[in-house]
Amino acid sequence: MIICITARAGGMDAQAEQRFARAPYFTFVNTETGASESIENPLIDASGGVGPRAVQMLSDRGVTVVITGHVGGNAARALAAGGFKAFAYPGSGSVADALAAYNAGNLQPISLA
Amino acid sequence: MKIAIASGKGGTGKSTVAANLAWVLARSRDIVLVDCDVEEPNLHLYFPAEETDVPVTALVPEIDFERCNFCGECGKFCRFGALAVVKDTVLTFPYLCHSCGGCALVCPRGAIKEVPRTIGKVSCSRPLPRLVLITGVLNEGEVLAPSVIKAAKMFAEGHPLIMYDASPGIACPVIDTLEGSDYCLLVTESTPFGLHDLRLAAGVAEELGIPAGVVINRSDGKDEETVAFCREHDLPILATIPFSREIASIQNRGGLIARDLPGWEERFAALSDAILEVGP
Repeated sequence: MIICITARAGGMDAQAEQRFARAPYFTFVNTETGASESIENPLIDASGGVGPRAVQMLSDRGVTVVITGHVGGNAARALAAGGFKAFAYPGSGSVADALAAYNAGNLQPISLA
Repeated sequence: MKIAIASGKGGTGKSTVAANLAWVLARSRDIVLVDCDVEEPNLHLYFPAEETDVPVTALVPEIDFERCNFCGECGKFCRFGALAVVKDTVLTFPYLCHSCGGCALVCPRGAIKEVPRTIGKVSCSRPLPRLVLITGVLNEGEVLAPSVIKAAKMFAEGHPLIMYDASPGIACPVIDTLEGSDYCLLVTESTPFGLHDLRLAAGVAEELGIPAGVVINRSDGKDEETVAFCREHDLPILATIPFSREIASIQNRGGLIARDLPGWEERFAALSDAILEVGP
């Protein structure tokens, strides 16, 4: 399973980001291998429609779970259609903290309806 | 002749000037007034009359799921996020679509057909014997203001005297309004913001090669900076409208100062003469 965590910068120690499609970085964690990878979000300065575009990008990378703060309406529709699960990490901790909270079952699912 | 009225800053009095000018011109000739401020058209408030509506449509993608193999090319191409290919479906977000047609071109399977979708309307009326008002209206939440502006302008094509009332700002809707105009009247006000945005709007007119003149509205009599700017840029100041409670109260009840306030018909007639003199 590949989890995407929205982040302010690259790496597991970077602060988690509350915005979804306009997050500066996306960090991907493969739960089977434990490997992680961060990419700069190419959509951060786009004028609009970033939600659906970000979801297609994550879909292409095989992501099935998203950990972020808030999800906009267009992004929610795309995430729902793609069968994603989204969870809210409301804290100001790191990407590693957000992942630990998810693994501990402490994160609330974000309603995509 | 095609006259555009622009300002940069919102609320300087574009529509006030357009409505009064149109009223004065319609006393002696046929004029078509086009409200190109399609996100918030207001000229109809000065000229209430029965309207005939024509819908404006834009082409948006429709997916043929018999042909689509979810390759994702359309979603990668669309910079507006109007399509997203996720897993085994294609989502379309028609209100994000800019009708560029690119998705249909890049689709390797010919699975995208463009279909019309209503985004607004053009309303036509004839409030005075010699005045036709054409109003572009963009539906709330839609992005394609230029399409409605182009449609509204199209309805006026061929008339000898047309006046376009632009939206505030200097973005695409204003460029589309100014396109093809023979003259641009810039309405400003006696504030630093008015001057700041006049500078921007004058730059647009210059870039488009359209001769321009200035009306200072709500003048507090201290217009030195605006006057100096206009002198430096060879922009004639064609009229100055004072900041006055009397004018404001006529405005506020949808009145026209050229019609309702003694002395102003003559002033707007002089303004229209100065503009018509420039001619195409």
